[in-house]
Amino acid sequence: MSIILDHVNYVYGDGSALEVKALDDICLQIPDGQFVGIIGHTGSGKSTLVQHMNGLLRASSGHIYFNGEDIYDKDYDLKKLRGKVGLVFQYPEHQLFEIDVFTDVCFGPKNLGLDKKETELRAFDALRKVGLPVELYYQSPFELSGGQKRRVAIAGVLAMKPEVLILDEPTAGLDPKGRDEILGQIKELQQETGLTILLVSHSMEDVAEYVDRIIVMNRGSVLFDGLPKEVFSRYKELEAVGLAAPQVTYILHELKARGMDVDVNATTIGEAAESIQKALKSV
Amino acid sequence: MGIVKTEDLVYEYIRRDEEGNVEGITRAVDEVNLDIRQGEFIAILGHNGSGKSTLAKHINAILNPTEGTVWVDGMDTGEADKVWEIRQTAGMVFQNPDNQIIGQVVEEDVGFGPENMGIPTKEIWERVEESLKAVGMYEYRRHSPNKLSGGQKQRVSIAGVLAMHPKCIVLDEPTAMLDPSGRREVIRAARALNDVEEVTIILITHYMEEIIYANRVFVMDNGKIAMEGTPREIFSQVEKLKELRLNVPQVTLLAYELKKRGIGLPDGILTTEELAEALERIRP
Amino acid sequence: MLRDITLGQYYQTESVIHRLDPRVKLGGTLLYIISLFFFHNFLGYGVAAIFLAVVIRLSHVPFRFMVKGMKAILFLLLITVGFNLFLTPGTVLVSFWKLTITKEGVRLAVTMAIRLAMLIIGSSIMTLTTTPNNLTDGMEKMMKPLKTFHVPVHEVAMMMSIALRFIPILLEETDKIMKAQIARGADFESGNLIKRARALVPLLVPLFISAFRRANDLAMAMEARCYRGGEGRTKMKPLIYHRRDKIGYLCILIYLALGFFIGRL
Repeated sequence: MSIILDHVNYVYGDGSALEVKALDDICLQIPDGQFVGIIGHTGSGKSTLVQHMNGLLRASSGHIYFNGEDIYDKDYDLKKLRGKVGLVFQYPEHQLFEIDVFTDVCFGPKNLGLDKKETELRAFDALRKVGLPVELYYQSPFELSGGQKRRVAIAGVLAMKPEVLILDEPTAGLDPKGRDEILGQIKELQQETGLTILLVSHSMEDVAEYVDRIIVMNRGSVLFDGLPKEVFSRYKELEAVGLAAPQVTYILHELKARGMDVDVNATTIGEAAESIQKALKSV
Repeated sequence: MGIVKTEDLVYEYIRRDEEGNVEGITRAVDEVNLDIRQGEFIAILGHNGSGKSTLAKHINAILNPTEGTVWVDGMDTGEADKVWEIRQTAGMVFQNPDNQIIGQVVEEDVGFGPENMGIPTKEIWERVEESLKAVGMYEYRRHSPNKLSGGQKQRVSIAGVLAMHPKCIVLDEPTAMLDPSGRREVIRAARALNDVEEVTIILITHYMEEIIYANRVFVMDNGKIAMEGTPREIFSQVEKLKELRLNVPQVTLLAYELKKRGIGLPDGILTTEELAEALERIRP
Repeated sequence: MLRDITLGQYYQTESVIHRLDPRVKLGGTLLYIISLFFFHNFLGYGVAAIFLAVVIRLSHVPFRFMVKGMKAILFLLLITVGFNLFLTPGTVLVSFWKLTITKEGVRLAVTMAIRLAMLIIGSSIMTLTTTPNNLTDGMEKMMKPLKTFHVPVHEVAMMMSIALRFIPILLEETDKIMKAQIARGADFESGNLIKRARALVPLLVPLFISAFRRANDLAMAMEARCYRGGEGRTKMKPLIYHRRDKIGYLCILIYLALGFFIGRL
């Protein structure tokens, strides 16, 4: 099963001089279990796009299917959809409100109408999955560090047991280690549970190591969609729209231009080192 | 004495429980000694909670030391009657672009500082114009700040400080909430001020690629200065940086990885060209 | 949804009205509002409407933009009209179930609707054409005499100006938190009043926290830029009356004279 977007358009400020076409004829298919990176700079439509996938925004035209059902059908239960397609907003720690971490994480499953036992089980499970130390479960969420708060907020969505988890800039404002930790945890989560994950980011470098597929958004439409190495190979076109491939891509292209036989498609530091080492030996 | 100097600077937060009893004391800044010369570009690195922002707030006399002394242009920040002069000498740009713009129109915001200083109207206009031009935001002077991008808002904030004619600008994680192009805009503006106007820049950040241009880098951890040196010296210590929850640019990391695999490269490679040239030299 | 509220927002464009001294606009708006309550007949409202139409025309703010702002308070308008329509005693026109509509009620409801609509459009022209800074500058200067009675005029003006600047930011934030909670299954729309009020907790708590954080940040940023109250402060845009402002005052006077002459016949 999957999410399918069929010719989705989203226009706001309709009919006025301020009319903006935030999404322009988007056609996408997100199969189950994929780890997808959605890249674009601010205002490219990437956040608008993901807010369509759980029905928070309604397309001006086009259709969205989740598990084969049209989510715009009259009797389609959008509340249920939001339980299945979990969306973690940018700076999600700003939505915390309960007296302690655990109660806050219970908010989502409770809203799904689950009984107390199931709600609490799910909350525990979610907090464990995001790697929050147990001694923090009954502290006020406002006393935690930035990185910890973010984990709590992610757990709050995870506790609804979604089939698809969308994260909008989950690493914004974190320090490099915190960034790696969160992304590592998400990758682990995906491998452990087979969740479909959509990671919205403006940094290619951050997502290159983790994702199976990259969708590049620009001015409300899909510019590229493919494997990381396919997308990065278009680095000149990416630059033209204000994005950049990871530094590794540039290094390898530079080396190639200087006559070294390296594989320009390597996307991670490890792969690049491997390729350079081989090139040095082969001469 | 340099433009900013600290001597055994200590700052402690007192944590209290709900009844107001002292629960514990956190040392956010611990025995820091700095001496920054006029015209330098300084970067202060550190992970979240390392004490770098607390240190920065001392330079602008927003915080006062628990122990030790801070001098800005020779003035002791502990002297109450010098506060305004100090804030004028060492301006400050903060992290959140939305929470530091006071004016509803760009030019009015830039004029806010000079207004507070009691500068005559005609001169305020001159200062606003030159400051906005220096950060490349003059054409947006009539715009509402709410309609600008993050990078543009931060440039307006820099202009707002610049209009006070400071000798030194402290930028406290000005790029943490921006996207890559916004980050580049802000760093470019800061570098231009340093090059052209010779304003001392103290840049606080955890983005490693932003510190390549600094004259000197200080790395903070646990309130202390853990490392100090040129960007090259700092980047050559990949392991130590990792311990301090920091990262290095991919090119440096790649060079480090290759070295680990027994390829003889020099330490602290900072740019793609440097790596390419070094590899070319050792190619048989 | 929330970004549709235009009341209190500034619309940037070039016009005579935009360039007018805020004191003219403030005084004019105040007098205009008062005038609306003095008319005895509909001719007076006609004069007021013409005056309003001319000002809107001169302001270069699209009328559509103002009407959009009205939508937010349409509810208030309907309640007022309803109350007047059904609760005014007098000659009965129609009567059904427990409701009666009287001749006096109709007249009052229509008058109220016209008054309110003109009042809202009139004051929104002021906010749409005057930057909040300018507006508060105007208030500060107009209320300066109160300073002798120890009224903190500058502080109040500064507070209002900051409040106005943060309205759009907080609206956006409300929108975002609301969406985030809906994504966690929150329901703001169904249930009875008590249930709905309780549903607001997950929205209000984060919103208050964020507002406090912003206030704290802003206070620090203002201090860092040497703000220390109104003492010794100069103005980048000091208020000086120009020729156009005198003409403005004159126009208001002419309107008042005309309105009172025709409206109280």
